[in-house]
Amino acid sequence: MIDTNTIWIVIVSLGLGSFALRFSFTGLVGNRRMPQWVLRHLRYTAVAILPALVAPLVVWPSATGGEADAPRTVAAVVTILAGLITRNVFVAIAAGVTTLYALLFLMH
Amino acid sequence: MSSSTTKAAFWQGLRDGAPFLLVVVPFSVLFGVLATEAGLNLVQAMAFSIVVFGGAAQFTALQLMVDNVPTAIVVISSLAVNLRVAMYSASLTPYIGGAPVWQRALAAYFIVDQTYASSIAKYEAEPEMPVPQRIAYFFGVVVPICPAWYVFTVVGAVVGGQISPEYALDFALPITFLALIAPMLRTAAHVAAALVAIVASLVCATIPYNLGLIIAGTAGMMVGAQVELWSTKRTNGQ
Repeated sequence: MIDTNTIWIVIVSLGLGSFALRFSFTGLVGNRRMPQWVLRHLRYTAVAILPALVAPLVVWPSATGGEADAPRTVAAVVTILAGLITRNVFVAIAAGVTTLYALLFLMH
Repeated sequence: MSSSTTKAAFWQGLRDGAPFLLVVVPFSVLFGVLATEAGLNLVQAMAFSIVVFGGAAQFTALQLMVDNVPTAIVVISSLAVNLRVAMYSASLTPYIGGAPVWQRALAAYFIVDQTYASSIAKYEAEPEMPVPQRIAYFFGVVVPICPAWYVFTVVGAVVGGQISPEYALDFALPITFLALIAPMLRTAAHVAAALVAIVASLVCATIPYNLGLIIAGTAGMMVGAQVELWSTKRTNGQ
């Protein structure tokens, strides 16, 4: 059993620390101009960190105990292709979900 | 800017945020379940979700506390897992840095994967959007996601049990995020950044405390910036 004080210390320090991380730039930099090279890097934050977040989940899905899984891999590829072709988030989600369920249904 | 277009931006954000419920609901239920199993009471589980408000960091902290890791290490490790929100904060700053400080502080608390991903996609697609509309859009995305995070933590803590694995809900997060990212890949620099980040994230997957993600993200950003420089030089004929 975890000690009650420990739980509250962790909750409060983690809350404060997370807010500090989140407020670091929006709060402290605000409307001040950032140098060109910083802005140039920031333009690629989303397209770098979000795929990096997702890639291991696609290649080693937790639901299969880390085994590569054909329905999930194919669904991921279909989602990307649908997104690239249609440029529409909802069409891409629908294509990915349909592919995933269809393949899971056919293969199990 | 007229209030009707600000309102429209808010509703647009709300609609764009709604599909993320597929990710947020099972994730927060699971946190509630695990928190109860770890011995947290209802108030503690709920306080965790409200005060910290960061999925992966909460799971990390819980696991380390169960493992009896020293408190300081629990906090530092979980903050390392949450380090990416500082990058999100930096990435949003050129778009919402002009908003009043109270709005930026409130928005900062709500920066999570889903609110960031939706907002940055919108801001990049519509660069002319005025700051008040950007803020309204951001909070529109917050509305379906964040209350659900609190409420379903409680549901998980109360109901307990497991979600049936048949529904393959583990894959809701990859699909929604890939669907958001793909339309953002507009130039060779975007594609290069994404590819390098993907390869690096797989290579660095075993690095502890999720630091592989930060390394992969940084590598992708550096490559993206460099490719952009090369492309501009080439078009300028230098």
